[in-house]
Amino acid sequence: MKDRQLVIVGGGPAGMAAALAARAAGVEDVLLLERDQHLGGILNQCIHPGFGLHHFKEELTGPEYADRFVRQVRSDAGIEVSLRSFAIKLTPDRHMSYLRPGAMEEVRAGAVVLATGCRERTREMIHIPGSRPSGVYPAGLAQKMVNIEGWIPGREAVIVGSGDIGLIMSRRMALEGVKVKAVIEIQKTSRGLVRNVVQCLEDFGIPLLFQHRISLIRGRDRVEAVDVVKVDDELKDIPGSGFSLPCDTVLVSVGLIPENELLEMAGAEIDPKSNTPVAKDINLTSVPGIFACGNACQVYDLADSVTRDSELAGSLAAAYLGGAGK
Amino acid sequence: MDYDVAIVGAGITGAAIARELSRYELKVLLLEKEAEPAFGVSKSNSGIIHAGTQNPPGSLKGRLCVEGNRLMRSEIASDLGLNFVQCGQLVVIFDKADIPELEKIKKDGETLGVAGLELVDRAWLDRHEPNLGPEVKAALRVPSAGIISPYRFVYALVENAVKNGVQLKTSAPLTAVGKARFGFELTAGGASYSCRFLVNAAGLRADDISALAGAPSFKIIPRKGEEYLLDKRREHIANHIIFPLPSKTSKGILIIKTSDGNPMIGPTAHDIEDKDDLATTDEGLAEVLAGARRMMPSISKSDIIAYFAGLRPTAGKDFIIRHEDSVPGLVNAAGIQSPGLTSAPAIAVMVAGILRDHGLELKPKKDFHRLRPRPAHLFQVPLEETRRLIEKDPAYGDIVCRCELVSAQEVRDAVKRGARTLDGVKFRTRAQAGRCHGGFCTTRIMKIMHEELGLPVTGITKRGPGSELIKDERK
Repeated sequence: MKDRQLVIVGGGPAGMAAALAARAAGVEDVLLLERDQHLGGILNQCIHPGFGLHHFKEELTGPEYADRFVRQVRSDAGIEVSLRSFAIKLTPDRHMSYLRPGAMEEVRAGAVVLATGCRERTREMIHIPGSRPSGVYPAGLAQKMVNIEGWIPGREAVIVGSGDIGLIMSRRMALEGVKVKAVIEIQKTSRGLVRNVVQCLEDFGIPLLFQHRISLIRGRDRVEAVDVVKVDDELKDIPGSGFSLPCDTVLVSVGLIPENELLEMAGAEIDPKSNTPVAKDINLTSVPGIFACGNACQVYDLADSVTRDSELAGSLAAAYLGGAGK
Repeated sequence: MDYDVAIVGAGITGAAIARELSRYELKVLLLEKEAEPAFGVSKSNSGIIHAGTQNPPGSLKGRLCVEGNRLMRSEIASDLGLNFVQCGQLVVIFDKADIPELEKIKKDGETLGVAGLELVDRAWLDRHEPNLGPEVKAALRVPSAGIISPYRFVYALVENAVKNGVQLKTSAPLTAVGKARFGFELTAGGASYSCRFLVNAAGLRADDISALAGAPSFKIIPRKGEEYLLDKRREHIANHIIFPLPSKTSKGILIIKTSDGNPMIGPTAHDIEDKDDLATTDEGLAEVLAGARRMMPSISKSDIIAYFAGLRPTAGKDFIIRHEDSVPGLVNAAGIQSPGLTSAPAIAVMVAGILRDHGLELKPKKDFHRLRPRPAHLFQVPLEETRRLIEKDPAYGDIVCRCELVSAQEVRDAVKRGARTLDGVKFRTRAQAGRCHGGFCTTRIMKIMHEELGLPVTGITKRGPGSELIKDERK
């Protein structure tokens, strides 16, 4: 088992910012684990602009924003990047096991920063009834299919949820020639940024139906239609308001859940509602020497804010190592 | 004569019959209308290996269930490399006035030959099942019950049967049955076959198949069951499979441990008309939650990560396993509802006996391969075994599915063992079966299938033709 000063799990914007900040604060040895074959995390599939306005004072796409950090990380000899590396075990005293093609590695870390991001809430978590055909995807998966793989999931889509990912994917599908029938939102307002409602829906003539929900998904092998119903202020169905929308694709964008299974394994206290660490301040956890940052710590609207707070996490880990780790 | 026996349906019943017949010097054909085995009734099975209780003494299904349970524990699990867990079962009551009901289940079970049954009180339950709610007063303990992955059970049987010479044809719905001088002429999936004996294990379509062969002697009524899977985080919520007292039509809403970790709650039981209706409903969810929460109040709606509905193929109260004398050579194994999964190995022995009684010679093969090695699954093995697997094959360290810890090697192995669809990969490996529902791993699995099978990605399906994942590929 090797000793490492700081191990960071996750090579997206949070992990990279934490790594660079820790180095700037004097940490000599950083191991950055990334499960994918590239650094950058979800930014790589966010090919739309809108990133960097705060941090760089200019508008960048997601891959451009990521690339600025990737270059810095790659040119820093004190940061070892291990790609296709998947952490499977973390103990309270920071023994970590991770897998990569060809090896299972075990390290003892002076400090750990978890920058594991989040996963999407699914159709199942909001309990949409009906059949289980193909064509129902989390919006982020559809984004990966279209932007990374060049795969077009369908021809006629209905989007569930008007958060930013749902809005951006509505536009993305429209740009690929997919007919976006409607965005269905159970609340009275959108959770997304105003600029996204305007630029992604209004500019493309995509209807946004507030106070509606999907009451049934139809289709045996592939989605054939969804039943939609209007709800009242208590989210109860309004009788007689139902109608059916034929479509072959349903994209579900109903929020994000921080991925904190490793932290939970290390015995840290987790808020069961938000799945975030319970601690007295941001980036801390209930286990000394284990920190969390980025979307694993709290779900952010902007990547720029992730960078800002994750830099703090890197400094906190450095301070911990200065006091206790060396 | 092409085949001695053709079996219609590669669900648990047909798979077990195929494997049983593969012990003998016979030419056996196994026809499946879906893209892969286990894609019909079996895929929605709860995975319970029942002890045999809650069946009437004297019933066929009671006798076959007890025998199937014995076969599982004594040989099938170890021979076929199955992860069978004998966790035991509890039948709980909410009112001490129901103790005579438990005693009747105990007496009936003992008549059928179920061993080890005992009534346990609240103090025992507090020690062994601490999450039970205050309404539970006492229980019947059934130690020989257990759990298994229903689809991996089917796949193991089919793999072993094929290794022993059985011909498997998938996407081959049986559309015509003609009489030949010594048996039947079959048309299935565009090809023609002939066979001496026809074994009907067609699940929901068994009535149609029997009629097609000339014996319209029963009707299958689908009985829908909705099941809801809980997050793996709740794995240890229960130590047994927990039942309430049974009703007239079902064993009630259960809390089911599963061999893969996620507890499951359900199923509902409602007779319906449509054999394709696999929709879950708001009402089903409410019914299942209420039933489960009465036994364990700490189960919450937010624990649910997945749900599905299945259809039990019922034909009256008992199984129909018989030679149809009006159509010599036709053997029906129909109406195989609960406890069909448990009973399957015993049904298979019974069907082999019926075939022998009607003139099929059963001559044991000298080179019958009894054993099937267990496929390696990282989620089932300790870390040291993981290390050994990766040293042997680097791709075990290449994680594809993060929620359930499935490696690229396991996905490739599943495809080599016959997976042709995303569901086939999921049922064999658990990749896409966890919390994120394939959000992270679907594209990677599709690329591995593309590499292994040479299929264009536009041809990769969830469960067969018509369920393609994507419409276009931009080059």
